[in-house]
Amino acid sequence: MSGDTAATTAEGRAALKVLTAARLTVGYQHEVVVEGIDLALEPGKTLALVGSNGSGKSTFLKTIAGLLPPLAGSIEVLGGKPLGAPAEVAYMGQFQPSTGTLPLRAIDVVRMARFARRGLVGRMRAEDEEAVRSAMEVMGVSELARAPLNTLSGGQRQRVFIAQAFAREARLILLDEPATNLDAQSRETYRRMIGEAVSAGASVVIATHDIEEAAACDYALLLARKVVAFGPGRTVLSAETLMSTFGIVGHYAKDGTVVVEREHGHDCD
Amino acid sequence: MTALASLLVTPFSSNGFMTNALVAGILVSIACGIVGTFVVLRGLAFIGDALAHGVLPGVAAALLLGLPGMLGAAVGSLAMILGIGFVTRKSNLSSDTAIGLLFVGMLALGVAIVSRSRSFSGDLVRILFGEILGISSAEILGQLVATAVMALVAAVFYRPFLLLCFSPEQAETSGFSARRYHAVMLTMIAVTVVVSFRTVGTLLVFGMLLAPAATAALFSRKIVTMIAASSAIGIAAVYLGLLSSYQFNLAAGASITLVATLIFFLALTAKHVYRRVARLGASSRQASPEGSAA
Repeated sequence: MSGDTAATTAEGRAALKVLTAARLTVGYQHEVVVEGIDLALEPGKTLALVGSNGSGKSTFLKTIAGLLPPLAGSIEVLGGKPLGAPAEVAYMGQFQPSTGTLPLRAIDVVRMARFARRGLVGRMRAEDEEAVRSAMEVMGVSELARAPLNTLSGGQRQRVFIAQAFAREARLILLDEPATNLDAQSRETYRRMIGEAVSAGASVVIATHDIEEAAACDYALLLARKVVAFGPGRTVLSAETLMSTFGIVGHYAKDGTVVVEREHGHDCD
Repeated sequence: MTALASLLVTPFSSNGFMTNALVAGILVSIACGIVGTFVVLRGLAFIGDALAHGVLPGVAAALLLGLPGMLGAAVGSLAMILGIGFVTRKSNLSSDTAIGLLFVGMLALGVAIVSRSRSFSGDLVRILFGEILGISSAEILGQLVATAVMALVAAVFYRPFLLLCFSPEQAETSGFSARRYHAVMLTMIAVTVVVSFRTVGTLLVFGMLLAPAATAALFSRKIVTMIAASSAIGIAAVYLGLLSSYQFNLAAGASITLVATLIFFLALTAKHVYRRVARLGASSRQASPEGSAA
């Protein structure tokens, strides 16, 4: 995620923020999850929401997507309300649909990404097919295009869903733990996909508990049912903040990245 | 050949009521093929069942008051949808509980109302199992219009329906209100029930919604194929059901639904056998160098 080069061009281009939150409280109808989120995200930048399960990262992501109303404070997405421009915001949820009975092929799933742009009955254009084709190619699922979804493995399905998120060619891409179920090679593919989106000017928000992934982002917001820290990815992920976020200790490696030892990781890989 | 024709074609060509029944049944099959596909894919079977029975008190009351049964059915299904929404919103109970509660309540109310009628069992049977052999041309016209409208609605709302089947969150974030299109789907189920109850009855319309679509789901790779296949399976069930009803003197509506259900189990068995054979073939090919086929 070459944030630095993207940042200089993006700063010159626009003062417009892709995402602004001010004293934002997120949660459910009868339950406050996180209070006092303040941040702004510029075009072409990546933001990691870091925390363990139940820390509030998915709740915040859903609030950005417009699936949950903010409980207090304000949130602006692309200068308007969340859900104000569905074609410009892509969202990939953590809990993927149970696709066992759905008679869909992989390509049908990726094509759905373009519905936001074409509305109810607008014809799919050549550029839509191109976006679908290229996202599937980058995610390495082109050969699976005509395969029924329920014949794919968990990892293949995940790559199809990631391709769907990117095929929208949105200006803001929201991903909830996208790298779960992915093997090392697919993770590499997925990072390349993010790199391409960012260099095309898109901003990406990723909910994750992978410290390495978070450290590679321009910004990280550390959550533990409260805001632990917010700042540039590499600097904000200190042993201290990680302790407050996860209740575990990490240390810096020689190259400046953070290495965290977990007694028992809850990642699936 | 002529013997075969007299067995398979003549019952329909020489009896007006059989021709009408076949045409009405084909239209019901197409409407149910479209709507049933989404019922199966979205797991709305229970609410579909409840709607099919929720119309009972409406129809019964309308019969008693001398009003058109279809009007009563419409009121009944509307009350059902609103009632389920109300219970789910105002209590912390899951929608299953809300649906179940209204389902039995409406069914009981329907039977209570019908029991006031002098021809209790006759009316009840007519509502539950329909009168496909007594369908008029005007009713066929109504069924035709309803089926055409259903096809049109499904075509126009295909994208939000597809997204809703995939994930309501995806529908929402794509700019299609999950709530609104869910309501449209429920309305389509209700309309199908209301329009088709005269033909196959409230109990059996549910069978026609479910069985052909469930059968098609076993084999279909695309939603459009599934709609076409379930309509075709429904039509086959109508034809075979009417035929056996005619030849063996069975209740027509029940025969149709019975055939539809039998087709499902045949297809399920066929799929299972096919898979097993395919697996056996694959493993014997693998095992052949050692000379021991599994």
